[in-house]
Amino acid sequence: MTASLHLWLLPLVPFAGFLVNGLIGRRLPKAFVTAIALIATLIPFLQVANIWFHFGSLQLPYVENLGTWIWTGSFHADFALQLDQLTMIMLLVVTGVGFLIHIYSAGYMAHEDGYWRFFAYLNLFMFFMLTLVLSENFLLMFVGWEGVGLASYLLIGFYFLKDSAANAGKKAFVVNRIGDFGFLLAMFLLVAHFGTLSYSGVFAQITQHPEWQGGFLTAIALFLVLGATGKSAQIPLYVWLPDAMEGPTPVSALIHAATMVTAGIYMVARTHVLFDRSPFALSTVAIIGAATAFFAATIGLVQTDIKRVLAYSTVSQLGYMFLACGVASYASGIFHLVTHAFFKALLFLAAGSVIHALSGEQDMRVMGGLRKKIPVTFWTMTAAVFAISGFFPFAGFFSKDEILYQAFLSPNGGKILWFVGLFTAFLTSFYMFRLWYLTFFGESRAVETAHDAAGHDDHGHGHGHGVHESPWIMLGPLVILAILSVIGGWIGVPAALGGHDEIGHFLEPLLGSPGTEGSNSLALTLAIVSTLTAAAGWLTAHILYFAKPEIPGKLAQQLQFVYQLLLNKYKVDELYSAIFIAPLLLVSRYLLKGVVDTGVVDGAGYGSGMAVQGLGAVVQRIQSGNIRSYAGWLALGAAALLIVTYFGLTAHLSLR
Amino acid sequence: MVVPIYYYLILSAILFSIGVAAFLIKRNIITVFMSIELMLNAVNLTFVAFAHHWHQVSGQIFVFFVMVVAAAEAAVGLAIIIAVFRARNTLNVDAVDLMKL
Amino acid sequence: MHLVLFFIFGGLCVAGALNLLLQRHPINSALSLIVVMSSLAVLYLLLGAEFLAAAQVIVYAGAVMVLFTFVVMLLNAGPEERTHGSKAAYIVGFPGAAALLALLAYMFLENRTPLGGARLGDYLVTTADLSRVLFRNLLLPFEVTSVLILVAILGAVALARREH
Repeated sequence: MTASLHLWLLPLVPFAGFLVNGLIGRRLPKAFVTAIALIATLIPFLQVANIWFHFGSLQLPYVENLGTWIWTGSFHADFALQLDQLTMIMLLVVTGVGFLIHIYSAGYMAHEDGYWRFFAYLNLFMFFMLTLVLSENFLLMFVGWEGVGLASYLLIGFYFLKDSAANAGKKAFVVNRIGDFGFLLAMFLLVAHFGTLSYSGVFAQITQHPEWQGGFLTAIALFLVLGATGKSAQIPLYVWLPDAMEGPTPVSALIHAATMVTAGIYMVARTHVLFDRSPFALSTVAIIGAATAFFAATIGLVQTDIKRVLAYSTVSQLGYMFLACGVASYASGIFHLVTHAFFKALLFLAAGSVIHALSGEQDMRVMGGLRKKIPVTFWTMTAAVFAISGFFPFAGFFSKDEILYQAFLSPNGGKILWFVGLFTAFLTSFYMFRLWYLTFFGESRAVETAHDAAGHDDHGHGHGHGVHESPWIMLGPLVILAILSVIGGWIGVPAALGGHDEIGHFLEPLLGSPGTEGSNSLALTLAIVSTLTAAAGWLTAHILYFAKPEIPGKLAQQLQFVYQLLLNKYKVDELYSAIFIAPLLLVSRYLLKGVVDTGVVDGAGYGSGMAVQGLGAVVQRIQSGNIRSYAGWLALGAAALLIVTYFGLTAHLSLR
Repeated sequence: MVVPIYYYLILSAILFSIGVAAFLIKRNIITVFMSIELMLNAVNLTFVAFAHHWHQVSGQIFVFFVMVVAAAEAAVGLAIIIAVFRARNTLNVDAVDLMKL
Repeated sequence: MHLVLFFIFGGLCVAGALNLLLQRHPINSALSLIVVMSSLAVLYLLLGAEFLAAAQVIVYAGAVMVLFTFVVMLLNAGPEERTHGSKAAYIVGFPGAAALLALLAYMFLENRTPLGGARLGDYLVTTADLSRVLFRNLLLPFEVTSVLILVAILGAVALARREH
């Protein structure tokens, strides 16, 4: 019997940090706020590390029940936390990367108004994210799910005085809500069919009934997928993520790269027992994943804002993770989640460092030649770029390659998925190196103005004194993440390349092993193909953006239509606006506001007032002050009373 | 000769309704008061008729009291009319409608 | 004989009442009302109420109506003007009055047999009988009415006083 791990402390310490910073942070000196926030994140990390070291001695799954939440009739839901292999990995990522980003933010946000508010929200996010990954049932996960959406809204709209930021926050929340609707429906179906929302309860029932295939399980799975597409920014609900770049860069790193957006992947992996029974749902997931990966990569090719490129890159990489889950290779999806957390967080933080160096500039067209001026940022970013492009032996290579390999092996069109994934890898490599060249190489294209007021994220320092490297509080996390981007993949080296696939074996008891087994030679061949593709991408970017920089312009001219289409992100936002938002606004403004609100609701109020007034006016005429009319009414009343009394109609008058 | 009681009763009903009609039609306030007296008298006749029918003296005693009260009421009412006449200088019922809403 | 007397004086009552209704000058209405009161006194006699008949003539016809006449003279009331004050009185009042009459008539006609008849001398209440009940059983209400009259006198004097 293992001693209590006190899992409940993990979410509650950041929550305490949120309370302190949120309630009194405004009056505390900045150092205090920072200390509280960092300690509130460090303690969970240390606790997770401690649990990790004792992991082997734990009996899994380890469940900690904190009390009953809902108990009505036959339905029962508890505040229960659980720990197993999947949770462990997620905890390490969330607390580890989270802590590093907190440190970075202390430097990045040092000159911002609302410093205390930022850290309060960041701690709130940690609380909800930890609740999400630690929960033992769907209901508590949903609490975390919604909560991270809330934190995301608060943080995206951090610069709430700016219209675009406030709107981006709203957009993120509303689009997430659509996904959450799917999650809710899935939960309702789960309660209806299984009578419980606890993972162990549901999965045990499914395993006991091997005859349950498809049917209602597909329905539940598809609704869960809807929820996942909302949270993890897949087609069709990805539109909020590029706009979410309005938030401060550390937010983009933490929430929209490393942790919140991976919640959808985590959820699919967690419910894999259910997905395994529904090939239709799995195919849907795979197709959505592959399509999104390709789609987002194409848009990322031509974007000019450095954060936008990274945002579309995130959407694309999440597509890879979805693809992995879709071919029932959940472990490789989680593996890519881990490596992606490292190099994407690093990319965002490094981009933040670049933006900080340029005093708020985010447009790559006016960057360039920064290699010598901000060397630490340059080298760390380089590590991330190589990692995401999938070069051996960096982190991204092993995880991405594993996904492509599993996709290749999967039946029913796996080869097509593999090819789409491969081409997307080419595009990924291309646009990442494009970003690399545009930002760091060549001559500086910066426009020399006294005060650079063109900052897209309100990171105006007022420094204005040339390009400078970031302080070490920001560079430290960059270095650590860069090291992780290099070695992070070494926990999943497949047997074909001489490794032991530690992470795969670690997750195997929970997530199972991939269905189809290929051969080592096939794996090796595909690995070489992937590497060559990545190299091709680098080469193309090198030619277009370093060797012959005049070519992109000419290409854009010749392929004007395609270029405009990509630049305008296929006009998806405009499409949604026309199809969904415009009719909704029409209904709201004219039907609901004009007819219902003004007419019915206000009308009922005015109407009853008018009616009473009218009635009063009519009754008023009885009191004319004229005795004769009074006498007339008296006579009538007397006659009526007489009739009632004489004919015994009193029974009708009484209240019986 | 026997006079059926209901003759008296119907006579009093007729007198009462004429009293009501006079109240409704007449415009001079004194005449209106007189119609009230007429109504009271009609009721008195009913009481006496029933006292005769049931051989009870209480009907007649009631008439006694009605007469007393009617006399007192007439006195006070006429005093009020005089007061109103002094204020408004009119005896027309329709002209005194200050209580109109 | 009883019947004849009833019809004569009953007819006088109705005629007097209608005259009250139809006359334009209030003094004429007052005089018609005196006729009604007197006829009613005779009818009381026919019903065996001696004291009441006397009281009717003395109090009603002799005091109250004289009071009315005094006020008519005092205020110099002239013939009525034709003003149209209220439609409600006609529209609502006449149906009410008609309904009252119809209802009462119906009630009395319905119960005519139980009511039976009045014979002259069938039931005679002497003054002694009346006073016996009045001053023994109903002494308190009697005293109260005297207070009532006192109050009425005070009120009338207070109201009709000329302001100085």
